[in-house]
Amino acid sequence: MDFELDADQESLQEGVRAFLDGRFPLDTVREIEAAGHLDRDRWHELGETGVFSLTLPEADGGLALGISEAVLVFEELGRALVPGPLVASFLAASWIDGAGGGDAIVGLYEPAEPVSVVEHQPDLDALLVLAPDGVRRLDPAAVITTPVRRPVDALTPVWVVSGAVPQGDLVAGAEAAARARLVGIVLTSALQLGLALRATELATAYAKDREQFGRVIGSFQAVKHLCADMLVRAEVARAAVYAAAVALDGRSDDDPARAAAVAKTMAGDAAVANGKSGIQVHGGVGFTWEVDAQRFWKRACVLDTHFGNSDEHADAVAAML
Amino acid sequence: MDLRDTADEQRFRAELRTWLADVLPGLGPEPDREDWDGRRAWDTSWQRTLFDAGYAGINWPREFGGLGATPSEHLIFIEETERARAPYVGMNFVGLLHAGPTLIAEASAEQKAYHLPGILKGDHVWCQGFSEPNAGSDLASLRTRAVRDGDDYVINGQKIWTSYGHVADYCEMLVRTDPEAPKHRGISWLIVPMDTPGIDVRPLMTMEGTAEFCEVFFDDVRVPVVNRVGDENDGWRVAMVTLSFERGTAFVSDVLESMELVRDLAELAKHITSNGATRWEDAGLRRELGRIAAEFDALWALTKRNISQAQRTGLVGVGGNVFKIAWSDLRQHLGDVAMRLLDRASLSLDDVAELPTGRHVHARFYALSMTIAAGTSQVNRNIVGERVLGLPKER
Repeated sequence: MDFELDADQESLQEGVRAFLDGRFPLDTVREIEAAGHLDRDRWHELGETGVFSLTLPEADGGLALGISEAVLVFEELGRALVPGPLVASFLAASWIDGAGGGDAIVGLYEPAEPVSVVEHQPDLDALLVLAPDGVRRLDPAAVITTPVRRPVDALTPVWVVSGAVPQGDLVAGAEAAARARLVGIVLTSALQLGLALRATELATAYAKDREQFGRVIGSFQAVKHLCADMLVRAEVARAAVYAAAVALDGRSDDDPARAAAVAKTMAGDAAVANGKSGIQVHGGVGFTWEVDAQRFWKRACVLDTHFGNSDEHADAVAAML
Repeated sequence: MDLRDTADEQRFRAELRTWLADVLPGLGPEPDREDWDGRRAWDTSWQRTLFDAGYAGINWPREFGGLGATPSEHLIFIEETERARAPYVGMNFVGLLHAGPTLIAEASAEQKAYHLPGILKGDHVWCQGFSEPNAGSDLASLRTRAVRDGDDYVINGQKIWTSYGHVADYCEMLVRTDPEAPKHRGISWLIVPMDTPGIDVRPLMTMEGTAEFCEVFFDDVRVPVVNRVGDENDGWRVAMVTLSFERGTAFVSDVLESMELVRDLAELAKHITSNGATRWEDAGLRRELGRIAAEFDALWALTKRNISQAQRTGLVGVGGNVFKIAWSDLRQHLGDVAMRLLDRASLSLDDVAELPTGRHVHARFYALSMTIAAGTSQVNRNIVGERVLGLPKER
């Protein structure tokens, strides 16, 4: 047994972090937010680094890596708060031309109640549906929607589906759809893990800097323990996410379905709770648009709705008891 | 990242599993929790059985009679013994996992030659005399005095939370040898034979009504100076050395036991009814138990991460504190759910109405100690906040 990252995995994660620090600093993320739509050039750059094609065979332009490596990359994407349908485009790379290289932006359509939504609709070249009978491809323009005027996460604009949604074209079978769903759950968990980690970093940095009552607030146990609990949630989630990735790669004896449900439950709860604590540690300015703490909580709320929220995954775990 | 056994680990697991299957049927019934002599005999005879088979001191270095197993093999050992429902360390705990490793690191050749085989063979049971009524989280403020008198130390004071104090042969003990020095620098580490005159062991009744711990009173207790381990006034460092032996395996059996409790509780919920439906049909309760099960799975994964890190670097690092905070809170949460699930069947520490409920009530009681023992969750959060996140101390 070895649950440590190997040297290649470590350098992969460091490389992605360095790239994102350079090309997707939070200043840039705020610019994308202000523009109101995704930046195609930067999406293409993500594609060129291999973000969407990591697990594709080399013959198809991929890096032939596993989900264990993909979660490290997606953790960094979450940490950097990179906006857009990252997981959907990753999944689409197997079936939709251009998705793997970042030339096509592919979103995910998950029918839901009481409303179904399409995120980033005008930016999309295609929509992926993981249906019971297989993977389907939809034309985003064929889905009748009305825009949400004030989306919760300004970096994730949302359109509400208001008419019948076409079936789309079948591009892969039921087995592929089921596998894609598991991969989608785990990669979304990795994004959530990244959010939980960065929220902890930002809160801790602020607690070291902000002074009240003549000393930095991070010296007060009440604040210190908020930060410590953020780290605890993130590290417990990290173990769950990595374990799920290893299970999907067949490198453990764990049931991949259960491990994925555990990962989404733990990482989803950690991202939301750390987002909330991050705002709390910042105090009043945490409630302002200017400070980034709120952006991590908002994204956590968005990602919790993807591939089933943490309640649904807790139910799934209970059903496996 | 690969969580499967290596070829060596597979072989180790298979041999152990075969041995356990051979030896366990002859073990006999486990004694009652209150039968201390019986429990001592049971625990030490199991230790002797392990010794004879070469499994004693699994993580101790070979040169001191141990098996020299890797942290992963130690994990497998605990996993397999739990799976086979074999006894765990029981009252050999302090000797095998605490005093023994300290002696290996710090004791003289004579001390090692006498004491290490006694621990490995189950001949000697050890207890720990560290905490005092006024030295809990602030352990270094301990006040039990040891005054030099010729070739002896004369000890006066009181220790508390001494598990197995009334059945132990030896006590690993921290005493104040220099009251003038700064608190960490006036402490010495002693081996105290528990049959020395002047030692009075009184059982301390827990909130469960059982005598799991003891208070130990020392009244002019004479202990030879040669029983000191390490230099005089260097006892704090000696005690801290023990912590560096931790390889992430400290809570393996606890996580496995916790996961078993969850499964057992789910099973129970499927059989007991309330208002004409099984408790399992209560979606709220089921979901809460699902979340708890998910977190125990995550903590099992974290345990493996900690052990892998120890195997790679020799240290668990902060993963141990993170684990302890999350695990102890989760055990409390599980306990709350168990009490609600059992409703009035939760009002007895013994099984009622022929339902196996007593273990869950006992576990709920015991969970209350988990956020306190081995470092309170509050102290652990300080450690995480200060040593990992780099936040400044309060003072």
